[in-house]
Amino acid sequence: MDEILHGTYEAARLIVTLDRDLLEIIVLSLKVTLTAVAIASLIGLPMGAWLAVNRFRFRRIVIAVLNALMGLPPVVVGLFVYMMLSRSGPFGAMGLLFTPSAMIIAQVLIITPLIASISHQTIRDLWAQYHDLLISLNATRGQRIMSLLWDGRRALLTAMLAGFGRAVGEVGAIMIVGGNIEHATRVLTTAIALETGRGNFAFAMGLGMVLIAIAVLVNLAIHGLGRTERSSVW
Amino acid sequence: MMLIRAWAVVSLLALAGVAHADEMRLAVTTSFDNSGLAAVLLPRIKADLDLDIQMIVVGTGQALRLGEAGDVDAILVHSRAAEDAFVAAGHATHRREIMYNDFVLIGPGHDPAGIARAGSAAQAFGLLAQARAPFVSRGDDSGTHNKELALWQKAGVDPGAQGAWYRAAGASMGATLNTASGMNAYVMADRASWLNFGNKGDLRLLFSGDPVLFNQYAYLPVNPARHTHVKAALAAKLEGWLVSDMAAGLINAYKVNGEQLFTFNARP
Repeated sequence: MDEILHGTYEAARLIVTLDRDLLEIIVLSLKVTLTAVAIASLIGLPMGAWLAVNRFRFRRIVIAVLNALMGLPPVVVGLFVYMMLSRSGPFGAMGLLFTPSAMIIAQVLIITPLIASISHQTIRDLWAQYHDLLISLNATRGQRIMSLLWDGRRALLTAMLAGFGRAVGEVGAIMIVGGNIEHATRVLTTAIALETGRGNFAFAMGLGMVLIAIAVLVNLAIHGLGRTERSSVW
Repeated sequence: MMLIRAWAVVSLLALAGVAHADEMRLAVTTSFDNSGLAAVLLPRIKADLDLDIQMIVVGTGQALRLGEAGDVDAILVHSRAAEDAFVAAGHATHRREIMYNDFVLIGPGHDPAGIARAGSAAQAFGLLAQARAPFVSRGDDSGTHNKELALWQKAGVDPGAQGAWYRAAGASMGATLNTASGMNAYVMADRASWLNFGNKGDLRLLFSGDPVLFNQYAYLPVNPARHTHVKAALAAKLEGWLVSDMAAGLINAYKVNGEQLFTFNARP
């Protein structure tokens, strides 16, 4: 109980004093995660829509695999990306290991299935409503996907926010591929793991509260921009 | 890929700031980082050599793997047998001893196994096995874990064949200390990690001082013949600094709660 109170105090102190190191890791956390969400959305949203409007032979299997990949253990992704980017791995020459880029790659792999899966489900329902209309307008496949994505944009925002939530709180993969290097690849979650290992529970709790506050702020900001939750129908 | 590259450039620029010092990657053990000594040495190295050390903090096992793959430029670890094998396999050009600290035995304050009165480390481990007192092991193939296994062997105990009192945590030093603190169990730790640990609970330092508990740290530069991209010149520069009088002074003077943690013993 004491630790939690101390944690609250630490969190307040960290925010009020605007600790420079803390600011650095917050900025890096946001940079890595928002970039990963942007890339994963560019891949995942069209993929989900494409799966919803197309009928092909292995559709069920592809969708089942995609849903299963939502539960991919981040540590496994981290290990995989490490082996790919390691100097002795196939992409070693690019020298990306232990850089923010490596962390972004790992997070993209983790959240793309999540975003694709949720958007697939959303668009499938929307497609059931729009099917006859879009067919009668003789819309091309690309036009169908675009109009479904646009009309489902609010629900798709939820898919992106789910991806953001999973990525910003992730520690297993980015610890392996980022290395938790101070002033280079240290982010909020790896800093929390580090402080817990040092037995500094109050400080770790403080960082955890900062992380939650940032996640809430990002969600609020995006809802504000999207003008959602304002009236009964949007 | 283009996007990622662009990001890499942007974030590198943002992180590096204006002035650009040399950078090298050094894999170190958790015990070295937990000791707090790194926080003393790194700023001094930066000032003297204009060299930014990017530390990757992992167990000795993983540090050696990183060196083998060429993902770091040098490693600073403490596991003699593994280091000798590493050099013999040609992964490092040589092994340079820098300093030592020691391991200590930690346990519940009332010491049910009575190891505080043991005459040697081997005897203390024998008492632990006799009392079947809960013991938390790193169990992660780290330098500390290897040392612990060697000490059990010396005491004539096979911990793998023991009952539930022997718990292999498979975790880093800090996580293992947290586990021991939660279970109020015995645990072996390096002195530095123990002194800096913030969640001691009922645990006390019960046994230390046997010379077999000494823990030698060595610096191994990754072999540039194996990996042409490693920054061998910077690694050599860092080695020169680590064995200098400046390093000796800082290492010997570093104290936590008034206790000296490391003893410099590099030969020039």
